[in-house]
Amino acid sequence: MRYFGKGHGGCPGCGLAIAVKNVVEALEGKCFVVNPTGCLEIISSQYGRSAWNVPYIHSLFENAAAVAAGIEAALRALGRKDEGHVVVLAGDGATADIGVGCISGAFDRKHDILYVCLDNEAYQNTGNQQSGLTPPGSNTTTTPVGKVMPGKVGEKKDMIAFALAHRVPYVATASVGYPADIRRKVKKAVTFEGPKYIQIHCPCVTGWGIDSSDTIKVARLAVETGLYPLVEYEYGKLTTVRKIRDRKPVEEYLKVQRRFRHLFTHPKGKEIIEMLQKIADENAERFGLDIKKKA
Amino acid sequence: MKKVVRGFYAVAYSVKLCKPNVICAYPITPQTEIVENLAAMYANGELENCVYITAESEFGAASILVGASAAGARTFTATCSQGLILMSEVLFNAAGMRLPIVLVNTNRAMSAPLSIWNDHQDSMAMRDAGIIQLYVENNQEAHDAIPQAYKIAEDKRVLLPFMICMDGYKLTHAYEPIELLEQDFVDSFLPPYEPVAYLTTKKPLTFGAYAPPHVYMEFRVAMQRAMDRARDVMEKVFKEWAEATGRDWGGHIAVDYPDSKVYAIAMGSVVGLIRKVVEDLRKDGVNVGLIKIRTFRPFPVDELREQLKDAEKVIVFDRAVSFGYEGPVSIELKSALYNYSSAEIYSFIVGLGGRDIPRTLIEDCIRNVVEGKEKPGYSFKGYKEFEEVFP
Repeated sequence: MRYFGKGHGGCPGCGLAIAVKNVVEALEGKCFVVNPTGCLEIISSQYGRSAWNVPYIHSLFENAAAVAAGIEAALRALGRKDEGHVVVLAGDGATADIGVGCISGAFDRKHDILYVCLDNEAYQNTGNQQSGLTPPGSNTTTTPVGKVMPGKVGEKKDMIAFALAHRVPYVATASVGYPADIRRKVKKAVTFEGPKYIQIHCPCVTGWGIDSSDTIKVARLAVETGLYPLVEYEYGKLTTVRKIRDRKPVEEYLKVQRRFRHLFTHPKGKEIIEMLQKIADENAERFGLDIKKKA
Repeated sequence: MKKVVRGFYAVAYSVKLCKPNVICAYPITPQTEIVENLAAMYANGELENCVYITAESEFGAASILVGASAAGARTFTATCSQGLILMSEVLFNAAGMRLPIVLVNTNRAMSAPLSIWNDHQDSMAMRDAGIIQLYVENNQEAHDAIPQAYKIAEDKRVLLPFMICMDGYKLTHAYEPIELLEQDFVDSFLPPYEPVAYLTTKKPLTFGAYAPPHVYMEFRVAMQRAMDRARDVMEKVFKEWAEATGRDWGGHIAVDYPDSKVYAIAMGSVVGLIRKVVEDLRKDGVNVGLIKIRTFRPFPVDELREQLKDAEKVIVFDRAVSFGYEGPVSIELKSALYNYSSAEIYSFIVGLGGRDIPRTLIEDCIRNVVEGKEKPGYSFKGYKEFEEVFP
């Protein structure tokens, strides 16, 4: 049974579509999907051409967590909780920017929902505008590279810390570079009562400027450089970290993407690359990413 | 047996009898006491098969009800003013998804300047959302409106959100002897909600699809047709209610002295005051009648045309302003009567932001129109002349 994908309109190599397929398959279709406005909604929910074989609702851009909370409350009131898990599949803009208030409310009230952020690091549906999860230095249409500006200035918002601050019992990051890991984390997440948050790194072929056959490679480079650490928290405690053998310099990740290409020529590029390397190093230190070589 | 209760309790008690599955709201004056009473009933285990949620905002509250209603639950919320406008994006969406959410709007003025007091500016802004709007005159009518609202909204010929508008403070906080409904009666009047389509893993459906230009318009035409069908459904439900309870609140409009040449027209609690003024004026030999508009959406076009076809003068008391034009009820009335009546229309905008509406003001307005001392058109009544800082 295909729960998602028949006839979806994603680009070849779309990272987000890979993530979504793995999430709903991990749940064996026993789920209610709530999807805010964005890439996924546009590629999957045109009237008469729905790509969904699970109950699906799109309401607005900024209210997916609240809609999910409402479904969960209704299932509780009507004695239908056993029908399936309530899952939000939301983009990074809908999550970290416009929808953050409703997420806080749903987490705070401890609704039994799984919130999945499909992090392609900008508003990619509308052509690559910067979001709170766009990394520093990224060339987007609203943080364009110019003579003065080197792309996005500022950091990627830490939504993992946001979820942990709400005492969300299960919090994890994942990447489409590791689909089996996505499925494992989703299956594990739904064994927890209350809210769950998983943020999945999803390369975007058009927005990032990568080859459509390089989606998995680029996703893995983000992990292998330490820029996107794959971690798992249970009840606030860090329980699992994907270790890295021979962590690569961030340039290897940056140079294969059009959105970062200017960093190698722009007067402020070096500074940004150093900043990104520092972020990767701090991640390695904080999570113990590096497998130490035996002396 | 009648019981003296306040407006907010009359609403909350009636909601309880309708057995909602999900109640969700965010506190805002003067609505808060409605959901406080429901919260107390929930805390005491009086609401079965129900989840009560205090949301993080009115926007969140309405969104939660979108999810709950789409999943097949009977839902309720209450709000007003800033809260209603914060909900407005969701309410447009709920109407488009044809979700029969019932809400009570305790009409309150809009900021700025901030005012917690009553007028109709908030609900008027929701005119084009695709939600039914019913205005009540007193707390018994508000109490009675709740089961009727569910029955109408959930009718598969309608399936639209239903907003009951009751004047903030003037009704919500007023004590009134109320004939409280019995559970058995509400159970017999209002069947359990059976959605025609809902979110279930047993039969997966897609809600809230996006519609390219080749299909979008049909959805909007369907909403208008649902509003048109709602006219008949409402008429029937109103009649059924009147027969079952002996309390006849009228149809889409309610008319006093139907053979008059001059009519006063209004919505909401001010109707009670105007009724008394009209009665007294008639004793003085003034030929004036009263039309209470109950349904603002769908607008009772046919009823008003029929009632006013031979009228000479119509006096509208508006409780809001469409800035740059005039009072919204007056605008609608003029549009409805065009080519159907030659009555002169006089529009008075009164009682904004809780400004007192003394009976003398109503009486003077009517007398001046009858005696030819006013020109057709609109004017504000009951404000003090002042100097503007700008220009």
